[in-house]
Amino acid sequence: MSTYANKKGFGATIWDYLTTVDHKKIAILYLISGGLFFVIGGLEAMFIRIQLAIPNNDFVSAGFYNEILTMHGTTMIFLAAMPLVFAVMNAVVPLQIGARDVAFPFLNSLGFWLFFFGGVFLNLSWFLGGAPDAGWTSYASLSLHSAGHGVDFYVLGLQISGFGTLMAGINFLVTIINMRAPGMTYMRMPLFTWSTFVVSALILFAFPPLTVGLVLMMFDRMFGANFFDVAAGGNTIIWEHLFWIFGHPEVYILILPAFGIFSEIFATFSRKRLFGYSSMVFATVLIGFLGFMVWAHHMFTTGLGPIANAIFAVATMAIAVPTGIKIFNWIFTMWGGSVKFTVPMLYAVAFIPTFTMGGVTGIMLASAPADYQYHDSYFVVAHFHYVIVGGVVLGLLAGINFYWPKMFGTILNEKLGQITFWTFLIGFHLTFFIQHFLGLMGMPRRVFTFMDNQGLNTGNMISTVGAFLMAFGVLVMVINIIITSVKNEKVGNDPWGDGRTLEWAIPSPPPFYNFKQLPLVRGLDAYWVEKMEGKKEMTPAEPLGDIHMPNSSFLPVTIAFGLFVAAFGALYHMDDKSWTLPIIILGLLITFGSMLIRSIKDDHGYHIHKEDLMDDTDKGGKA
Amino acid sequence: MKKRLHKWRLFALLGIVGLVLSGCGEPYLSALRPAGDVAQSQFDLLILSTLIMVLVIIVVIVLFVVVLLRFRRKKGDESVPKQIEGSHKLEIIWTVIPILLLIVLAVPTVVTTFDLADTKAMDKKGKDGKTKDALVVNVRANLYWWEFEYPDLGIVTSQDLVVPTDQKVYFNLTASDVKHSFWIPAAGGKMDTNTDGVNKFYLEFDSKKAEDSNNLFYGKCAELCGPSHALMDFKVVPKSKSDFDAWAKDMKSVKEPVVAGDAAKQGVAVFNKSCIGCHAVTPNDSRPEAARQAPNLATFGERQKIAGVLDHTEANVKNWIKDPEKYKPGNTMTGTYGELSDSDIDALAAYLLQLKVEEK
Repeated sequence: MSTYANKKGFGATIWDYLTTVDHKKIAILYLISGGLFFVIGGLEAMFIRIQLAIPNNDFVSAGFYNEILTMHGTTMIFLAAMPLVFAVMNAVVPLQIGARDVAFPFLNSLGFWLFFFGGVFLNLSWFLGGAPDAGWTSYASLSLHSAGHGVDFYVLGLQISGFGTLMAGINFLVTIINMRAPGMTYMRMPLFTWSTFVVSALILFAFPPLTVGLVLMMFDRMFGANFFDVAAGGNTIIWEHLFWIFGHPEVYILILPAFGIFSEIFATFSRKRLFGYSSMVFATVLIGFLGFMVWAHHMFTTGLGPIANAIFAVATMAIAVPTGIKIFNWIFTMWGGSVKFTVPMLYAVAFIPTFTMGGVTGIMLASAPADYQYHDSYFVVAHFHYVIVGGVVLGLLAGINFYWPKMFGTILNEKLGQITFWTFLIGFHLTFFIQHFLGLMGMPRRVFTFMDNQGLNTGNMISTVGAFLMAFGVLVMVINIIITSVKNEKVGNDPWGDGRTLEWAIPSPPPFYNFKQLPLVRGLDAYWVEKMEGKKEMTPAEPLGDIHMPNSSFLPVTIAFGLFVAAFGALYHMDDKSWTLPIIILGLLITFGSMLIRSIKDDHGYHIHKEDLMDDTDKGGKA
Repeated sequence: MKKRLHKWRLFALLGIVGLVLSGCGEPYLSALRPAGDVAQSQFDLLILSTLIMVLVIIVVIVLFVVVLLRFRRKKGDESVPKQIEGSHKLEIIWTVIPILLLIVLAVPTVVTTFDLADTKAMDKKGKDGKTKDALVVNVRANLYWWEFEYPDLGIVTSQDLVVPTDQKVYFNLTASDVKHSFWIPAAGGKMDTNTDGVNKFYLEFDSKKAEDSNNLFYGKCAELCGPSHALMDFKVVPKSKSDFDAWAKDMKSVKEPVVAGDAAKQGVAVFNKSCIGCHAVTPNDSRPEAARQAPNLATFGERQKIAGVLDHTEANVKNWIKDPEKYKPGNTMTGTYGELSDSDIDALAAYLLQLKVEEK
């Protein structure tokens, strides 16, 4: 946190964060709330593993188990992985392209608060009659059959947080297209920025199908529409298509930023430019494109017929090619380099074999007839945890360690970081490797228990032990963060010593306006180019002048809060309660009222004057 | 197609991997111990893809280890390595080789996909509307129980699927409430039972492999369907062709259950009062599907399990009737037959356990 914030009282700091439109503070908000949901999702995972440690266990009941497994998946994907990805994007992308903020700072804040209230709404289901229990995929026949309000919480909560995600995607697209510093051509953009760019495009095309599906589901559950009701002429397979047309790109929305983070880390700690930069960019775009062509491989057993299955099998296999290109480029980035094993680099190095494992099981799954065996078994559970934990989570842990100094101005303890790394990695492989075999040995996924004498006992026990190791690793990381924050030892602009891109040219944390003068980018790895010429800082691209900044605003919170209120009304409306309609109206009034205020109130922002910027020089606020 | 894959199996390496994997799991449940041609062709694809993938992993790991050993930064080393932009030659190599490897996998994948979807034999019907030379089973999945109807034989049974060995058995798959998925890991991959329409596929059960697993395979529901999804098991009893025909004849000839003993006779009365609205006790149940709301009990006395998961004992029958919710949460039987006294339940159990077709 900036020294500026530290001088303020606690209440003022809170207000500052509630109203901020600064991408760096929004990144911290995403990090804290994403981290919190990650811990909640992790606890749910522990309940799952405890329940499955031994056969016929009764640690949790059958119905409760389904709620836990649903919320574990939903929370981890939508409320932990997505916001943590956004945390890193927000913290890094504007700095990497030499911008003072994102294109729409207000929208950025609104996106966060929508995600936040959507996530809180979803999790309140635990206390209000039960969480959703139809799986994170919420297949239509089961979700319509599901009693209680669990699935309604899912439908409404995800719609609210989905708005936020869509906004964030559009915002980053516009930012990257329009706000690159002078000289930063597309082919000079760091790979993390490239992956953010591609991912934002994926979000733009992938989230609308989900929204459509959720709206149809909402109409079915709340107003008795029959989109998915077979008896009334509906069709449940449509839900599967809509969900996976979103769901498969979603996997790439999560993994591509992780690829981007790793690309930065490999180059930095090998002291070498990324091997095959242009083919890396090409591979990223190609993965994003192919990501939309393969959704039906989640539905091989649905009965789409051999033609569809064969086409989608081959299309899925094709994705291995660009992914393979990436793996080899990373290895050859290190080849001939000077490799330093910091904690972020440890994660990056461990990611290569781990993700390769997840990738190759992906190819195995692509072989449709063999998939008839793997599908919905623990083999699939093992596969997607290898790509999501072995790819996305390792990427996020690497990114958080790597960018922590840039976000907070202080560096996480390396020793504790290594403990987290080793326990988490070993625990991970212990938990999930054996699950491939459990699946092949006949264990379906999403089972709340399994019977004795099926040859499944040992594997499940090993898996549970591994899960505890992972939990221990996360615990050490939390302790590490607390210790580091309390000590608060400040670091300079380039704490790793080998920074290559623009963000390492400015102080840690950067001043709230990022760049006093926009930098001139003279090549790929702009800061490295300057360093190699013996310079300590970027060449400015403009004379020192006034900087235009947006005003803080509380309206994003009220807009999102209004929808949160209205969602409660909508949820209980189907129970024929009289108070629900006023609540819906009240909520929408708050939302649209806030939007009206935003529209009619002129807010031109403010300027930081040239003279004030000059005074800042001694504080290290240099471009 | 099958021949081509079998040729692959000649490779020693392949044999070793197969051997290691086939040690995994129980023969009545594991997909790694294929007990029929369908499972075998899927297992072959598994081995083929595993081998290709192991090859890829080995290449990656070797490069990876070399990098980790050779290019560590020494303490205080401030030198800057040469900044290499890339290498067209290398990049072409690691684009083309994976494509070739994928083609090796893609070709048998596509061929097998079409092979396994070939259910033409189901459509060849005789003048009487019966399938000519194929055995067809209509599988209907319900909240936590399975119904197996042999339309050409006029037999309806539940929970235990009886199949002839060494021939293709064709399945029509559907669900009556929510989506389920029909999976007999040892005999082959799964197929979903949708609420929307009928899926078709076939499986084969090898007589030798069936003996290895004591003529019993486990079947599972593989799609989350509610609280008792994990308990929605069924059993598969493979029989030789002649045994199967004998079984079918017995099943068809059942008219009225034969009851012996006072308790069981009293049980009939209880049954007719409380249970008969949903359960049938003869295998030639001609009511339409919608009326068959509960498992057919004609063979209840010879079932492998009670309710699919409990051991087949009289005590478990009574426990189940007393409180089904305790053993299968969310089932549709709970609360449909009022309170039964202990003596009613004893009588009912005595009666139900006498419902046998074969072991009289």
